Amino acid sequence: MSNRREFLKVAGVAAIGLGASPVIMNAVASSGGEQSEKQEVQINKGENALSARQWAMVIDTRKLKTAEDIEPLVDACHKIHNVPKHEIKRHEIKWIWETEFKHAFPDMHTEYLSETAEHSPFLVLCNHCQNPPCCRACPTEATFQREDGIVLMDFHRCIGCRFCMAACPFGARSFNFRDPRPFIAETNKKFPTRMKGVVEKCNFCAELLAEGKMPACVEASNGAIAFGDLDDPESEVRKLLKENFTIRRKQGLGTEPSVYYIV
Amino acid sequence: MPNKIYHKKLVMTGLAVFIAMMTFPFWYNYGKAAPAPKLELTKEAKEAKVCIRPTDVMRTDHMQILDVWRDEVVRNGVRMYVNEEGKAFNMSLSNTCLECHSNKAEFCDRCHTYTSVDPYCWDCHIDNPKEKKDE
Repeated sequence: MSNRREFLKVAGVAAIGLGASPVIMNAVASSGGEQSEKQEVQINKGENALSARQWAMVIDTRKLKTAEDIEPLVDACHKIHNVPKHEIKRHEIKWIWETEFKHAFPDMHTEYLSETAEHSPFLVLCNHCQNPPCCRACPTEATFQREDGIVLMDFHRCIGCRFCMAACPFGARSFNFRDPRPFIAETNKKFPTRMKGVVEKCNFCAELLAEGKMPACVEASNGAIAFGDLDDPESEVRKLLKENFTIRRKQGLGTEPSVYYIV
Repeated sequence: MPNKIYHKKLVMTGLAVFIAMMTFPFWYNYGKAAPAPKLELTKEAKEAKVCIRPTDVMRTDHMQILDVWRDEVVRNGVRMYVNEEGKAFNMSLSNTCLECHSNKAEFCDRCHTYTSVDPYCWDCHIDNPKEKKDE
């Protein structure tokens, strides 16, 4: 190198060459790739998978009047999802369960309720809120909102801090204080169980929607529960919402539940 | 007297014993490496001949593949895996992998024990759909 001017010239050209090399290498690699027959490994959504902008549920409480009407729905859900049955109340795990009107809709409770509201059980589950407070509370993003509106748990990431349980105004989440496996009467081999130390809740049957099936409680309800896309004006849920007066749980909190009740 | 070691005999024997004990596992096991485990394939796996990817890819990369599956299925709701041959698989440990490799003890565990890894997949995922049915 004779002088600084020469040195800088060479250095500049070398820098351009280095910067452009990934582009050139890619071009070479892709032209080589075309010659081989084999295609790249791909991951896709299944052909039968159902999709939506915002999944929602309409529960017709007129058709679910007694505990006997509700029990098979709860059983269907808890059976396919390997939900354990704990005798001790404080260990209880529930995805979908029945409660009284005054607990489901405390802001609508009056002393002089109608007989049906006073005495019939109400089916409650995770509301899959459009503005879910649990997801904001979760420090690991273990619970998150999918693009189709389902609020899902990623058990791999859950550290069991239970912030989400404190954040959920509906008590829809349960914590595994004990290893759930000994408490599952009949294990569904197709669905995983959970382990000690994670929070669980209803998943709107995301695994069934991926196969093109409706959620288990909807299937078991004999038409009392409708499920569909809230964003699609032609969907069954939108039709029901148009024709009937519906209420949602604790609407004043602004979480925008996706589960509607015809009363 | 700067270079004197007090109780020289005692110290030296102590040191020799210490070194001998510390290195004991090395010279005791010298030359007898544990043989690599032999895997047993189930009838279904033998008939299928190939896994979702070539055998050597599966041998080295199955953990990365499962990691991608886990994230794609749970976080993105994408469940179909199409391999180089264009064959599609449901991305599921229990329902796809263990459907064929239903002998976890002779297939998964042998290597995992040998290499001293302890994957926690089976804390939740049901390990062996078929074996459990026989119980």
